[in-house]
Amino acid sequence: MYAFNYHRAETLDQAQDLLAHYDDPKILAGGHTLLPTMKQRLANPSDLVDIAAISALKDIQHVGSMLSIGALETHAHVATSPIVQQAIPGLAALAGQIGDPHVRNRGTLGGSIANNDPAADYPAACLALSALIHTTRRHIKAQDFFIDLFETALEEHEIITRVEFPVPETSAYAKFPNPASRYALVGVYVAKTRNGVDVAVTGAGPVVFLATDLAEALTRSFMPGALDGVSINPEQLNDDLHASAAYRAHLIGIMTRQAVTTALARV
Amino acid sequence: MDSPNFDDASDMSIPTMSVNNKPVQIDGEARTLLVHFLRDTLGLTGTHVGCDTSQCGACVVMMDGRAVKSCTVLALQAQGSDITTIEGLISEDLHPVQAAFQQHHALQCGFCTPGMILTALDMIHRNPVLDEEKIRHELEGNLCRCTGYQNIVKAIKSAADQIRSE
Ligand SMILES: Cc1cc2nc3c(=O)[nH]c(=O)nc-3n(C[C@H](O)[C@H](O)[C@H](O)COP(=O)(O)OP(=O)(O)OC[C@H]3O[C@@H](n4cnc5c(N)ncnc54)[C@H](O)[C@@H]3O)c2cc1C
Repeated sequence: MYAFNYHRAETLDQAQDLLAHYDDPKILAGGHTLLPTMKQRLANPSDLVDIAAISALKDIQHVGSMLSIGALETHAHVATSPIVQQAIPGLAALAGQIGDPHVRNRGTLGGSIANNDPAADYPAACLALSALIHTTRRHIKAQDFFIDLFETALEEHEIITRVEFPVPETSAYAKFPNPASRYALVGVYVAKTRNGVDVAVTGAGPVVFLATDLAEALTRSFMPGALDGVSINPEQLNDDLHASAAYRAHLIGIMTRQAVTTALARV
Repeated sequence: MDSPNFDDASDMSIPTMSVNNKPVQIDGEARTLLVHFLRDTLGLTGTHVGCDTSQCGACVVMMDGRAVKSCTVLALQAQGSDITTIEGLISEDLHPVQAAFQQHHALQCGFCTPGMILTALDMIHRNPVLDEEKIRHELEGNLCRCTGYQNIVKAIKSAADQIRSE
């Protein structure tokens, strides 16, 4: 790692002041993406502003039809929170499949979506559930948030504070993990609401995306069989040493069916 | 609003953490990783560096009661925390998890063992019921290149049963 200065913010105001004050600062949350990147010398911030002590960013609430999760909530906490398990069990189950127990003990919701890794799990849930991402400046719809490979709508030094998930009728996530990294080779989040079905796919393309053909078929009939004959075009999908584009297209169909089966079992 | 302190650490109080129930001051560069602080500054070399890329789990320690990979935590991120390393488990006798590893031959070269034992302790604390499938799932962040995991799984199951029955 290159050298940097470390600062611990106790409040959001303090974090914003610190971020505005230094040359090339970066926000540090769980550090489970940023520190490995810095160890490889792929990032070289002048200053790290540690936000982990800001208690306002740690909070899980289910109010009316919305589940709100603070940006600093760890994957382990989301996975085991009775509030999340009751409101959106598919989301709790997704968090329990991220990385390994140690990663889940440190990694946070805000850090995961700010990073927008093309194979990260949370972006699929945010997109399929039409989440609203709250920041220190505004709120952003998930569909406008995940822009491209590692690119989001966040501006410089904008801090994610919490994510609001509308509670669906039912939902589920199915993940085919890369056996070495445990990131998603393909992950599919299926959410059914009063207005229809949404299907979001991670791991398969440069950025998480909505599979509209699959969603339309499932809106007509929410059964795995509804997907028979719906083909997935591999053209825009990743093709690399982990999996060919055609294999990823195949996995999208399989994972979507699995997610629908799990979602039906939750009704 | 609290005004931030822009003078790097100079007039802030020295950060501390507790390691195996002893208070210690955190000194060194900001980029010092917890694992290096434990090994090089405190001389607690039971915590190992295996891969240094957050994969293998040889560096796992307990931080406020949860198992973490200390190669992916800055020493300064651990300020105010309670850290337990493998050295902190022994009192008069071996800890029940250590004894179970010995009894079930759950190690060969021993390099992964400290991380395995602290991971085992965390999973025993968190899971009221531990069956083989659950243990294997919980071991996803710990690599062992000698044992094939069979005896590690047996040792953890036996330690869990013993700790529960106490
Ligand atoms: C071995 C391993 C396996 C993993 N497996 C998976 C997996 O299977 N699936 C998966 O999805 N992820 C996986 N991860 C990534 C893990 O979930 C990360 O913890 C997560 O992506 C980043 O969260 P963090 O809190 O650690 O963020 P950090 O590393 O602290 O920060 C990541 C980035 O987000 C920015 N940031 C952090 N918080 C905020 C905020 N509140 N507002 C704005 N910007 C912010 C930081 O500046 C930085 O650029 C894995 C990581 C490791 C090390």
